[in-house]
Amino acid sequence: MSTNTVEKSGSTFNLGDFVRTYAIIGILIAFVIALAILTEGNFMQGQNLVNVVRQVAAIGIIAAGMTVVIISTGIDLSVGSIAALSAVVAASLAQQSTAATPMYPGLQLPVILAIAAGLAVGAAAGFVNGFLVAGFKIAPFIATLGMMTAARGVALIYTNGRPVSKLEEGFNWLGQGDIIGVPVPIILFLVVAIGVHVLLNYTKFGRYVYAIGGNEQAARVSGINIARVKVGIYTLCGLLSGLAGMLLAGRIGSGNPQLGTGIELDAITAAVIGGTSFNGGLGTIWGTIVGALIIGIINNGLDLMNVSPFMQQVVKGAIIVIAIIIDERKNKHA
Amino acid sequence: MADEFILRMKDITKTFPGVLALDGVQLDVRPGTVHSLMGENGAGKSTLMKCLIGMYVPDSGTLEVGGETVSIPDTRTGLKLGISMIHQELSPVPEMSVAENIFLGREPVNRFGLISRATMNAACRELFAKWEINLNPARLMKNLSIAETQMVEIAKAISFDSRIIIMDEPTSAITEREVDHLHRMIGQLTKSGTAIIYITHKMDEVFKISDDVTIFRDGKWVATKPASELDRDKLIALMVGRELTQMFPKEPAEIGEVVLSVRNLNRGKLVKDVSFDLRKGEILGLAGLMGAGRTEILETIFGVAKAESGTITVHGKAVTISSPTDAIASGIALLTEDRKQTGIMGVLSVRDNTIMAALPRYTKAGLLDMPRIDRVCQEQREALKTKTPSLKQLIKNLSGGNQQKVLISRWLLTLPDILMIDEPTRGIDVGAKSEIHRLMSQLAGTGKAIIMVSSEMPEVLGMSDRILVMHEGRITGELSRAEATQEKIMDYATGPDAAA
Repeated sequence: MSTNTVEKSGSTFNLGDFVRTYAIIGILIAFVIALAILTEGNFMQGQNLVNVVRQVAAIGIIAAGMTVVIISTGIDLSVGSIAALSAVVAASLAQQSTAATPMYPGLQLPVILAIAAGLAVGAAAGFVNGFLVAGFKIAPFIATLGMMTAARGVALIYTNGRPVSKLEEGFNWLGQGDIIGVPVPIILFLVVAIGVHVLLNYTKFGRYVYAIGGNEQAARVSGINIARVKVGIYTLCGLLSGLAGMLLAGRIGSGNPQLGTGIELDAITAAVIGGTSFNGGLGTIWGTIVGALIIGIINNGLDLMNVSPFMQQVVKGAIIVIAIIIDERKNKHA
Repeated sequence: MADEFILRMKDITKTFPGVLALDGVQLDVRPGTVHSLMGENGAGKSTLMKCLIGMYVPDSGTLEVGGETVSIPDTRTGLKLGISMIHQELSPVPEMSVAENIFLGREPVNRFGLISRATMNAACRELFAKWEINLNPARLMKNLSIAETQMVEIAKAISFDSRIIIMDEPTSAITEREVDHLHRMIGQLTKSGTAIIYITHKMDEVFKISDDVTIFRDGKWVATKPASELDRDKLIALMVGRELTQMFPKEPAEIGEVVLSVRNLNRGKLVKDVSFDLRKGEILGLAGLMGAGRTEILETIFGVAKAESGTITVHGKAVTISSPTDAIASGIALLTEDRKQTGIMGVLSVRDNTIMAALPRYTKAGLLDMPRIDRVCQEQREALKTKTPSLKQLIKNLSGGNQQKVLISRWLLTLPDILMIDEPTRGIDVGAKSEIHRLMSQLAGTGKAIIMVSSEMPEVLGMSDRILVMHEGRITGELSRAEATQEKIMDYATGPDAAA
């Protein structure tokens, strides 16, 4: 019954709320300390820490988009495939003319156009997702499952299943370069994080995302154009997936159609660990960043400790389930 | 008469948080009779029945079935005791067949423990043959019409061979022919000793089939009488005969020009040929029983549902409204009836909930103007005296009355001329109620035109300048504030057919 109420009086500070909100940072610090001890300081070396963030950048960028999707009670399984498709398209337009078998012999485009093409491909795939979800009322899980399979297929067809390599330096800069000593992926990650944070908190679009996630019926009655917002949400997620895909391609200097496989699970995990609720209406970008960092730290730490990659999967699986249990409990408490 | 009752419910009390739904209610039912329960919306009829079948457990009181004191903690126990119910809200499993729905939870199995569809269909066919129901047991529920679905529900309730069958508004969705069929079935059932507890809003039906009638009002038992001792007027008097002490009189406001004209509005069976005018400064009450089409009128005007025909004029200009966005642009606001389903966004803050419908008014260079948003939300909070520790508090942590105030703020910030409020005080405690009433009165005083749907008689009579009464999608009566009485409203609300 709606009359079942708790009236909180007086102080606006609530210890329980505070702990629930910021516990995630405590967990991050605990992981850092634990790994510093377990790896006898190796983990804490400056170069290693930079590596952690660099490796996490692509996951973090996708997770930012995923956060927006999940806040609206959606899900996007196609992010990895969209990343691969964007990467191979951009890579094919950024190949050096000296490559052994260039996809477009003689084509010399400025790198910026190749990147723009990659972003456009990502946004277009996301737009299709949004159109399927909002226009045809297909469950997001199904619509993006279809896109996940189809986009990967298109990437494989486009490249004949082979990596597109020998890329222009300017393109590889996305994954390998730095600006006054700060790696470009980290800068891109920061820019995306700040951008999406502003979008969510300081624009109509962002507040409508929360409104739809909080109560879609009420949002509709409030005069919010649900379909338009949803198309925007999935387009944004596709765009960011495309960016992350190019970043991953730049890092290894080749656009691989198999790139980004399974990255959707890392992105979802980061968002959920960071406090984004599958029930919708709840979630923050800073939480997702912390979530992504935790995933990066676990990957890195387990590597340093020589834990087998198979075991690492078990650990990550356990973490996502625990995060969701905490999410459920949080919703009951609040 | 002591031992001739198949069912005795004594001193049944049931509370929900903040609401006393049943207050020491009693009900005695004789076997082989039809016992009708009468009362306004929210009188407690459905709640009492849910206590009987085990969907709710009463806080106190005793239950005797067939002379034995029993407790019914769940619906399985209820069925075992021979009590089944036809629910007002139908709940079929759409992807299953008719037979599967009827035998849900008690499917016949063969000797390997597997469900035997053949046995089930045969049993179903037998049941249908006995009760002259013309339906194929193998059809899927989702392909049936509402009337057919209702007949399946009726057949299901009968198939338990119950001693007591509760029928909650069984005829609201079926045609004349099927109503006759149902009444014949009831005749056969009572002849074989089954007791029928019948809930309906249709007066003529009550007198046609009932042996006894029990009347409830505001969660209390009022009277139990043989139907033969009652007539329409006596029944209405018993249903509404409360003392009108807690009135919240609307302060007089200057009533100005017509701001909204609705002409010949139609929407299927729900809204039929509805026309009315609404004036500046006026509170227009829409009264009627549940399902009369009041909410549907508001939804249609607001563009939530599509009208089939009819015109809407705002400030003398014809408008086309095909979505809530259009309605808001025309200066119309709708506070929906169900706060939880279509009102609050629970996990969002009070501030977000306040500003959400008016967000386009508060942007600067593409970004939200946060200081201004905080300021207007704070102003609303103070103006409406909304009790919340802060604007950042999640709205689900507020009381119902304060949630309602936040929603009123949400709509005031869209600067409407026409405010439609569906059940303004449902589920709200008495103190907050009078605050909301005062607020509505003030808003009318500042020139807003208000349409109020309410199922509470005192609210309708106290707040409205003018009252439209609805019955089955039509406006059946219009009463001025001066001439309106509970009896007149109830008379129009129960249909023009038997009106004296």
